[in-house]
Amino acid sequence: MKMEINQAFDKICKDADAHIKRLSLIKGPRISIGMATCGIASGAIDTKKAFEEALKEQGIDGQIQTVGCIGHCYAEPVVIIDHPDSGFPPIFYHHVTPGKAKMIVQSFLIDGDPLFEYLLGATKENELIPQIYDFPRFSQEKRIILQKCGIIDPEDINAYIDEGGYSGLARAFQLAPDEIISEIISSGIRGRGGAGFPTGKKWGFAREAEGQDKIMILNADEGDPGAYMDRTILESNPHQILEGMIICAYAIGAGSAIVYVRSEYPRAIEMISGAISQAEELGLLGNSILGSSFDLKISVFKGSGAFVCGEETALIQSLEGERGMPQHRPPYPVQHGLGNRPTVINNVKTIASVPAILNNGGDWYRSIGTKDSPGTAVFSIVGNVLHAGLVEIPMGVDLKTLIFDICGGIPDKKKFKAVQIGGPSGGCLSSDFLDTPIDFDSLAGAGAMIGSGGMVVLDEDNCMVNIARYFLEFTQNESCGKCTFCRIGTYHLLRILDRITKGQGREGDLEQLKTLSETIIEGSLCGLGKTAPNPVLTSLRYFRDEYEAHVLEKRCPACVCRSLTAFYIDLDKCARGCDACVGSCPVDAIFTTKNRKKGVDQALCVKCGECQVACPPEYNAVIRVSPPEKAPIIEKSVN
Amino acid sequence: MSKKTHLDESSNLFAQEEAMLNDIRCRLKDYSAERRDLIPILQMIQEKYAYIAPITIQMVSDHLNIGACEVYSVASFYNQFKFNPPGKHPVKVCMGTACHVKGGDIILENFERKLEIKEGKTTPDREFSIERVACVGCCALAPVVVIGETVHGNMAPSKVEGLILGFQIEKEKQARLKEKQARLKEKRDADENGN
Repeated sequence: MKMEINQAFDKICKDADAHIKRLSLIKGPRISIGMATCGIASGAIDTKKAFEEALKEQGIDGQIQTVGCIGHCYAEPVVIIDHPDSGFPPIFYHHVTPGKAKMIVQSFLIDGDPLFEYLLGATKENELIPQIYDFPRFSQEKRIILQKCGIIDPEDINAYIDEGGYSGLARAFQLAPDEIISEIISSGIRGRGGAGFPTGKKWGFAREAEGQDKIMILNADEGDPGAYMDRTILESNPHQILEGMIICAYAIGAGSAIVYVRSEYPRAIEMISGAISQAEELGLLGNSILGSSFDLKISVFKGSGAFVCGEETALIQSLEGERGMPQHRPPYPVQHGLGNRPTVINNVKTIASVPAILNNGGDWYRSIGTKDSPGTAVFSIVGNVLHAGLVEIPMGVDLKTLIFDICGGIPDKKKFKAVQIGGPSGGCLSSDFLDTPIDFDSLAGAGAMIGSGGMVVLDEDNCMVNIARYFLEFTQNESCGKCTFCRIGTYHLLRILDRITKGQGREGDLEQLKTLSETIIEGSLCGLGKTAPNPVLTSLRYFRDEYEAHVLEKRCPACVCRSLTAFYIDLDKCARGCDACVGSCPVDAIFTTKNRKKGVDQALCVKCGECQVACPPEYNAVIRVSPPEKAPIIEKSVN
Repeated sequence: MSKKTHLDESSNLFAQEEAMLNDIRCRLKDYSAERRDLIPILQMIQEKYAYIAPITIQMVSDHLNIGACEVYSVASFYNQFKFNPPGKHPVKVCMGTACHVKGGDIILENFERKLEIKEGKTTPDREFSIERVACVGCCALAPVVVIGETVHGNMAPSKVEGLILGFQIEKEKQARLKEKQARLKEKRDADENGN
């Protein structure tokens, strides 16, 4: 049996190898363009078109390949050009606009000058161009989950197999299901969906559970605003997910599996559906996989945009065609899940780690990261940070290294204020916590959580009360309404925060925020309610002075809360006759004073801050103050 | 508008609705009558027609043999399903965390002000509708607005007017073109009749 599986897999590998060799025989440069959703949003389609036109115009034979996202969102659209004839290694270009694309074709592909000013580095070691993997944004990462993202063509199963894909599956079939589960247990991997439950244990429970018709569900209902790594993995390397799902289904003895993915991710749905049919064609999915006696069918279900459906019992409800409301546990889904069948629900990142664990062994995985949180974690780091994007690091790296060394710190020499980790369920940590190692337990100890891995960096210009209000608004909207404390409690929390940000805070508000938050945590059934007050509690704990300034002085220290701020133009700095700000104002609130300088009509101003952006830096005359009474009154010219 | 064209338009709308119902009736045959197909059916209608009309809710309820209120209860729970037809250019303003931090709410307000409608509504001429969405997944480009299928990254309040104007100019251009063609046709017809 084992022999047969090996033979079947060898044949697939050989075919893939031959296919890739054929591709590499095609002469000329190979241009790989990052075309995940983020790349497309940055204009990758126009860039691709420009490359196509330029190649055609110049009469160059070349291949244009679309790849997924490499995670360097700050540099999109990203292009890698492999042009062996030039003598240069494959080169990584950033911010490739259509214009730049045409220039690159002309000077690199024809004249042989790789345009050093536009490249980020080389992707292979060489003596001409620095290697990108030596830069901190690359060198301090440890890629297991994202390893092949942005490198291989996600629409070609052969590309994945040629890079060693599906070998974890071939290895898994050599083992008994119990041996796989003990391998996963020994790796110590914990669920990457946020709660951090040991994955091996979950699989073990499901295997032991009674019932024949077991089922495996991939949870790709990534609803956290600010987290998009699951989408990126699905779009950039769907086969790694499929491989992990097949291994999981084999280990627990499931005959069917479902990919539950947000309908807001059309490209991810397209990629994973395409990958499923490719795998079926090669006999890696369907009946008697790789000649074994194991059958598996994977289907795709589109989520309909409810944040709470990321919770596993709510997810099952929505699969059954009901309102996605969480249910009491126990019984746990591993015993009574979808249609009362034993169900394992795993996050995308958990499943994406499985093939590597099977290939390299549980001990190898355990050697990465910390003792209690082995392995790597993927974060999407956004907000006020220089090199925003996806970062995969071993657990245990501290926040300072991640934000300042890997992601380049805060732009424009602004001061770091806080980092919000874990989306609406996480918390805001102040600069005192920069030395905190990133793992499940240390972050939970500080009041935040890894959650889905969304991380928003906030600088001195962000108001913590406003951020807390923002997250509350989100969770309040998404509360399913089942538990009174969550439904009504979050509503009142939001109302209090609303009042505070409008300068109508009252004495006792802060105490009430705290007690109300604690009650919501106690009185809610699911993770949404239990974590919804976290942003309020942590910001209240670490930034109490900001709350007090809002309530007692009616002042927003960061000048963000619009009811508490005003813009005015400093007449000493304003240049006579300049009207750069006038056109930028969306409500025509800027008028001319009698000495032909400018003033802001406070009654009309909507406080968007556009005039501040428009004012030439040499004048820098637009000033933001809080409380608004501080703005001097400037008279209009009468004519 | 003369009375005749008004009548024409309403009968046109009626025909459109009839076509929609027939189409949905045909498509429903691909789905089983089991409860678990409820959300896929609603998604099909939403994707095809961009909203779920009351009369289609009744059709789904008949197909699955459950109460119309149950269909509505599920449809209203999920953010994806809309009950009003959207504008020709649906404006989706991202309200994800990164967009919020970079001023997404100001962008939203600006659209509301320029189009003179509130979020969730459609302009009277059915050209634009505004919707707030939670994270479209390109946080590094914040603030982001999606109009139709096009993602506009790094938005600014002052860019809002330009975007809307662009659509209006395009529309006027189309209208002028149409008028010109109509005039040409009229002239041709007149010439032919004259001959």
